[in-house]
Amino acid sequence: MAVEIRTSGSAVTAYLYGELDHHTAREMREAIDRAVDLNMPALLVLDFSNISFMDSSGIGLVMGRYRNLAKTGARLHIAGASPQIYKVMKLAGIERLATLEGRVKE
Amino acid sequence: MKAENRFTMSVAAKSANEGFARACVAAFAAQLDPTIEEINDIKTAVSEAVTNCIVHAYKEKIGKIYITAELTADNVITVKIRDTGCGIDNVEKAMEPLYTTVGGERAGLGFAVMQSFMDAVKVRSVVGKGTTVRMRKKISRRYGANL
Ligand SMILES: Nc1ncnc2c1ncn2[C@@H]1O[C@H](COP(=O)(O)OP(=O)(O)O)[C@@H](O)[C@H]1O
Ligand SMILES: [Mg+2]
Repeated sequence: MAVEIRTSGSAVTAYLYGELDHHTAREMREAIDRAVDLNMPALLVLDFSNISFMDSSGIGLVMGRYRNLAKTGARLHIAGASPQIYKVMKLAGIERLATLEGRVKE
Repeated sequence: MKAENRFTMSVAAKSANEGFARACVAAFAAQLDPTIEEINDIKTAVSEAVTNCIVHAYKEKIGKIYITAELTADNVITVKIRDTGCGIDNVEKAMEPLYTTVGGERAGLGFAVMQSFMDAVKVRSVVGKGTTVRMRKKISRRYGANL
């Protein structure tokens, strides 16, 4: 499974695994959306610590989740972005939609 | 400049091949002794161009994607990614950041990634015939390539 969901209080954390591209994005998106619909969190954390590669399909995934969360006023946080992921996120200006945190160590 | 080394491949335009195609080009580029960041830049740009062939060029059928990469002695890699799909009628507009013709979850940032992560990106496209994306990147010399 490419996504592992953990809930704690009003937060949902989705731990993503593998490579995030157009091929893998749909499965991840569906798993995240199921968890959000079920739990109605005030905060969604997308944890990229175990994502080894991401292209602009990952930006589509983050922007799509942001749009869904905006309907309920919930916040979005990106954790564990590698330098490669961080670079793609910065190019897209994701820090305007979500709080963004890089990987502590590679 | 004359190519010191070259590879060419074609893959079926299936999304399962996105990871395979970018890994092939990255492995070939390794001969120029790039940094991890340079390898990742190439991988990300190739992923965008290959995905565009799959998502946009061939809508109904599973066509072919042709990939060629060349290394030159000045430490430059040139990658050409070609499809024989629908083509793009306004390339300039297609390359604008956030422009996408597919709604939903495309970010419209594929060309922006290619342009920002590579040194040069050229697109040639003919409607009904297909699209060729040519990208080049100069690799900083560290210990030096062994071509
Ligand atoms: N190989 C291609 N064949 C046909 N159209 C393409 C191709 N590559 C890109 N396009 C067009 O250019 C637009 C922008 O591409 P891109 O910047 O990668 O964004 P996205 O893929 O998210 O739509 C696409 O929406 C599509 O209309
Ligand atoms: Mg694209």
